[in-house]
Amino acid sequence: MDVIAHWAAYAAIVVFVTAVGYRFYKIHSLPIHFRWELYPVPTEGKRAEHGGSRLEEGDWWTKPRHADHVMEMRYMLPEMVLIKALWEHNRKLWWKSFPFHFGLYIVAGFVGLLGLGAVGRLANAPQGALVNLAALTTVVGVGGMVLAILGGLGLLYARLTDEDMKPYTNFSHYFNLIFIVAALALTLAAWWTADRDFSRYRAFIVGLLTGKPAALSSLVSGSIVVNCLLLAYIPLTHMSHFFVKWFTWHRIRWDDEPNVRGGRIEKMIEKALQYRPTWAADHIQADGKKTWVDIAVEDIKR
Amino acid sequence: MNPVEAKAKTKKAFRLEDISQDNGQWSHVENSDLMPLPAPLDNPAEEPAWKPLSDQARERYECNLDGTLILNIPKPKSKEEEQELVRKFLTGLHKLFTEENNWGFLRPLMLSMDHCANCQTCSEACHIYEASGHNPIYRPTCRSEVLRRLYHKYIKPGGRFLATLRHGDIDLTWPTVVRLAELSYRCNLFRRCAQTCPIGVDNGLIARELRKVFSQELGIHTKELHDNGSMLQLKVGSSTGMNALVLKDNVDFIDEDMSDKTGMTIKTPWDKEGADVLLIHNAGEMMAWPENPGAFAVILEAAGVSWTMSSEAVAYDSINYGLFYDDAMLAKVVVRHAMAAKKLGVKKIVLGECGHAHKALTVIADRLLTGDLNIPRESSMTLLRDIVMSGRLRFDPSRNDFPVTLHDPCNLVRLMGVVEPQREVLRKLCPLFREMTPHGVENYCCGGGSGFAIHSGHNFSDWRFKVSGRKKLAQILNAFQDCPDAPHKYVCAPCSNCKGQIRDMLQYYHLFERWGILYGGLVELIVNAMADVKPGFIEWEWR
Repeated sequence: MDVIAHWAAYAAIVVFVTAVGYRFYKIHSLPIHFRWELYPVPTEGKRAEHGGSRLEEGDWWTKPRHADHVMEMRYMLPEMVLIKALWEHNRKLWWKSFPFHFGLYIVAGFVGLLGLGAVGRLANAPQGALVNLAALTTVVGVGGMVLAILGGLGLLYARLTDEDMKPYTNFSHYFNLIFIVAALALTLAAWWTADRDFSRYRAFIVGLLTGKPAALSSLVSGSIVVNCLLLAYIPLTHMSHFFVKWFTWHRIRWDDEPNVRGGRIEKMIEKALQYRPTWAADHIQADGKKTWVDIAVEDIKR
Repeated sequence: MNPVEAKAKTKKAFRLEDISQDNGQWSHVENSDLMPLPAPLDNPAEEPAWKPLSDQARERYECNLDGTLILNIPKPKSKEEEQELVRKFLTGLHKLFTEENNWGFLRPLMLSMDHCANCQTCSEACHIYEASGHNPIYRPTCRSEVLRRLYHKYIKPGGRFLATLRHGDIDLTWPTVVRLAELSYRCNLFRRCAQTCPIGVDNGLIARELRKVFSQELGIHTKELHDNGSMLQLKVGSSTGMNALVLKDNVDFIDEDMSDKTGMTIKTPWDKEGADVLLIHNAGEMMAWPENPGAFAVILEAAGVSWTMSSEAVAYDSINYGLFYDDAMLAKVVVRHAMAAKKLGVKKIVLGECGHAHKALTVIADRLLTGDLNIPRESSMTLLRDIVMSGRLRFDPSRNDFPVTLHDPCNLVRLMGVVEPQREVLRKLCPLFREMTPHGVENYCCGGGSGFAIHSGHNFSDWRFKVSGRKKLAQILNAFQDCPDAPHKYVCAPCSNCKGQIRDMLQYYHLFERWGILYGGLVELIVNAMADVKPGFIEWEWR
């Protein structure tokens, strides 16, 4: 089982990185899209406070464009960490969703701390520091898992009982929540029964770093295998919104980059306009030979 | 059963899968369902009755959604015809997710298709869902989720069994197709729902993309938007049916009228090469509200702006209904607007008071126009603000001594970020200006958005006033609650489409007679306050 956990971890990391990378590439490589921004756009800086854009300025194209990334961070961080949109628009769900997501962030931090401890051990860091780090890791790990489990159960309850959500809840919603809650609960059970200071999990990471499988208890190994399956599964589902949100917010909702003559965007548009559509309606009659330019300039028959 | 219990029962009984069942009308709205309105419309017993669909309409057209009709889809004559239409829909759906057919919206569409968590956060942001008494078929997620399930089941690779298990099932039947078609026209496309989504999913976009499949593949669109809208504009020059000669005649008449009213000599310049500004109006203004283009002419002439209008076909009408339903139509109109500006060699195009024309030509066209067709475009709100604040004109704000509130056209404000210029003007010229709640980028649609304002067939206007416009109506009434006895109240709506919707709603509920509420644009308020023109530009008469 220890060996399975060892190799499952490598496999899960490969699948996770590949799947995220592949999806990122696929979305990124789609053709340029029309501007479809939604205000406020925080990179507009001070104007974003009232939702304004540079289009509020006379002869806006003659003025330098300055994207305010500080303001962008001020918008982004509360959204990423606190799920601000949900707080403002669906408070009832926020009380369940926030602990779930924030708990998962903490669990990610816990894995990072485990990794740090493992590196510390390999680097022969001072014992005192490793002990303190282990204590911190335990508090963070248990706290994060409890929070995420409570949030996950809350979300499950909402999906089962909320009349607004029920007609829209499908098998994946239940499965995903149960999968995550089960994986975390199993890890907590392993911690409680077999590994109160997460030393075996740390040893497992040392094993990953050195390429030598560590000796673990069956419950610890089992929890690792389940978590590895979860790690590999997440980017294959709609839960990949953890990184897709970057596209939906930055590349669409906040993308107000103007098309400047001779610029990068113009080149992409020119390329896209050469696509040959096949829409069949009479007023278009796109036969796969005409480009979008042909269609745009073609006169309507009287 | 009381209305609250009835609503709860409807909610409980709602099943998304029922969209594919051939079981008559899927849902309906009654007066008792509707969101209450403030005074003076706070007596629900006075709510006008719904006009039922005629027997003839029920016989001829597919009307199995909610008791109203916008698309007039004829009933297929045979099962084979039904199947053929379903097949065409599926073909269109396939095309929607290909680069060559939908490059301009593919990325936002695919992200919205794949990542909705179905948390329903967007529902409460939707004025239609709220005003209908939370009717489940009007949720922003309803049509989107149906489409998502079809997409996963029929379009995406991976097998139908697994897709159905993972994402839920919907059968692609003729009732599914016609209900989806009608349902795509129960959304104003104003994207307030998208603004609230924590993930960034855009259900408004999905409604538009659905309309596109119907228009671009099956040739199903509303007559008002397509035949009497885009097609007429491209064939004759304007969706009003006016050719350049008729339009110039009308503008001559408007100029004369403006000269009489203001005491200035007004002559609209046509086809002036090298002018600084090419002004493009929604040509509907010339017929419905001639004082609006007239007021523009007064302001631009008084401020000494070098401007012109174009008599080139299409270029004297800023409307671009393609924005609401069809990319090919959108592109055709955009290109003709830009070509006219290029021909005249103007420095910039300025859009008159028309929200969707702003959005189409300024923002969407930004990723369509290249090279020398990419001529700078600007909002008239900005130009007007700059003129008013420049000191070039003298004003007497006491002439606007009546309560004024501002409607924010969605296309101009939430979707373009032009929020403050019109407010700066109103704060300077209207001493009794008050905001609606909420306003700016959080505004509500007038209810006529995405072209609804020009749709009144069958009983659709009932739905447009009672449901889609209800939230805006409540906002307007709330803005004037502190001054019920003021004889004149003014709703400033700097958008032709919004103005049309607000006019029709005020008339439907007799609010000019009962509460003295009149509507109009921004330019009328500016001219009304100009100290160097005769007083009384705004006439307190219903129009």
